Amino acid sequence: MDFRDSHDEAAFRDRLRSWLSLHAKEFPSSGDEYWARQGEWHRALYEGGFFGLSWPREYGGQELPPVYDVILDEELARAGAPPRPSLGYLVAGLSRHGSKELCSRFLPGMINGTERWCQGFSEPGAGSDLASLTTTASREGDNYVVHGHKIWTSYSDVADWCLLLGRTDPGAKRHRGISAFIISMKQPGVQQRPLQMINGVTTEFGQVFFDGATVPAEHLVGAPGEGWPLAMTVVGHEREPSTLGYAARYGKLVRELAARTDGPASEELAWAAVQTEMLTHHVRRRLSEQLDGVTHTSDGSLDKLLMTWVEQSVGHAALSVGGIDDPGLLSAYLYSRAQSVMGGTSQIQKNIIASRILGLGA
Amino acid sequence: MDVRLTAEQRQLRDAAAKLADDLGPGSVQDLADDGRITRLDKQIETTGWRSLRSDEASGVEVAIVAEEFGRGLVDAPFLGPVLADDLARQVGADGTGSTIAVGGHAIDARGYQRALTLDGTTVSAVDLGAVRAAVDLTRATADLAGTAVAVGDLDSDAAERWLALALATTSADLVGTARGAHTLACDYAKIREQYGKSIGSYQAVAHLLAESLALIEGSVSVLRHAAWAVDELAPAEAIRAGRVAKIYCARAARTVCETAIQVHGGIGNTWECLAHVYLRRALTSAELWPVKLEEIDVGLP
Repeated sequence: MDFRDSHDEAAFRDRLRSWLSLHAKEFPSSGDEYWARQGEWHRALYEGGFFGLSWPREYGGQELPPVYDVILDEELARAGAPPRPSLGYLVAGLSRHGSKELCSRFLPGMINGTERWCQGFSEPGAGSDLASLTTTASREGDNYVVHGHKIWTSYSDVADWCLLLGRTDPGAKRHRGISAFIISMKQPGVQQRPLQMINGVTTEFGQVFFDGATVPAEHLVGAPGEGWPLAMTVVGHEREPSTLGYAARYGKLVRELAARTDGPASEELAWAAVQTEMLTHHVRRRLSEQLDGVTHTSDGSLDKLLMTWVEQSVGHAALSVGGIDDPGLLSAYLYSRAQSVMGGTSQIQKNIIASRILGLGA
Repeated sequence: MDVRLTAEQRQLRDAAAKLADDLGPGSVQDLADDGRITRLDKQIETTGWRSLRSDEASGVEVAIVAEEFGRGLVDAPFLGPVLADDLARQVGADGTGSTIAVGGHAIDARGYQRALTLDGTTVSAVDLGAVRAAVDLTRATADLAGTAVAVGDLDSDAAERWLALALATTSADLVGTARGAHTLACDYAKIREQYGKSIGSYQAVAHLLAESLALIEGSVSVLRHAAWAVDELAPAEAIRAGRVAKIYCARAARTVCETAIQVHGGIGNTWECLAHVYLRRALTSAELWPVKLEEIDVGLP
């Protein structure tokens, strides 16, 4: 057992630190400025050899163990650099459920950042109950024609492609009638409307209206009606420990808050510090368990719940130190409220834990 | 980075779990079963686990046994003697027959006439008086009789490391009690029916138990780091890791035990239900080498 870096991990960390000492400050790390330049940041990170670390080599990754993603997250936070673009769930969904042809066509651009992606799952009427989605994709010749309204679509305004769930068989039972597509966002019939979040940020989430947009039939991922298993892969990976790599970022904020505090830390700040350290060790334990080939399916809900509690306790600590007059800290607090909703609400995570792990028949 | 338990550590965990399941109290009435307690004492003696540190076991290994004993409400001395053994071996004293005194009384006192205590860097021995009624129904507390006699000195690093071990192993006991209380509550939620359905099938109950499991998983992770730190980090860092774990595990265990009482409803508030036995043990372990939030240096690491 060792919580420290191995020799190779330490060498990687050193290389990353020197690269970051040159490039970290070139990119804004929060707010609309971050989202505006996220694509550039993604490509810079990839070209530096520090993105897609654990993904398949044939698509541009490096096939390193997932613990390297944690090192990356820690060093990005330490250097004050922007966070790692969050794409692991799309890579997992496409590589597990897509054909060889689709993977070869799309994964390299997704990983190296030359093509931008978004995810079209949620709808105004289909949030927690994703399988109730009503977007339709009807076969017309060699294409499917899409009608529907998607929401909470991160980076939809800059995306080239969308991994979209649509109903291809209105007569089938609700989970069975859903198919997954790779649809171009750059076409007539796709309209964007940004969503302004409670902290004022406007460029993270969007709404997308599909009104007769087309997608070639060969961009169907898997067979018609097999979109649901892909959707479950994707949402499961949104809760993966290496995807929840924000422990280091919370730790940095906690230390900044401590530095701004005269005298002893408030109870809220000290508790946020304790929880943040817990999460740091928790992520290491989960990733270590993956070395046994343990894949975290339902367990991801535990990790997501823990991470949510940590982020929201850090949010409260930010409020306790900055009050409501510090715009940056207020924004961190307000943003933390979304953590118990995005990627599956805390209520849904608890349902999953209760029924699939505890067997309570909920 | 690889923080998995080794194969040997998993075997130790399984052996400690089996002993606790076979011979720990399965009910409140069992607490008064002297025949069972005699068999339990004998079995623990056979394992040699009370002198794990003299046998070069790591903090992780002591924590593994402590956690399983907490989970099974093992009502025989373990933490006291194992910590006494660690002090004794370092000053070249005889640790057999000694438990530990801390905070003015001896813990794990049943069957012991003597306790070792660490004050600064000085290890002293003190005789024990009568065992007295305690909050914890599974571990006995005794008053101290007479004056402490110095038996040796540790260097300050060793004294700090020993404190880190005490923090980590009491945290382990807390994680174990939380796990035991949670299992009790989940088992009950599956069989207790109201409105024609098991109460665990209602989200109001299910979500409480789901939250408890998340607290337990977080506790396991923060404990593992503290237990590893005992032997692997610099003494000051090991103490800090122990404090962080102790705070987190103590808060989590109390919440999980309270939830177990709540899920049991009225019965959970009666003496006959094991839920309060877990809670009492958790409250006691939290008060051994207690840690307050203001002791956490938030500027580090």
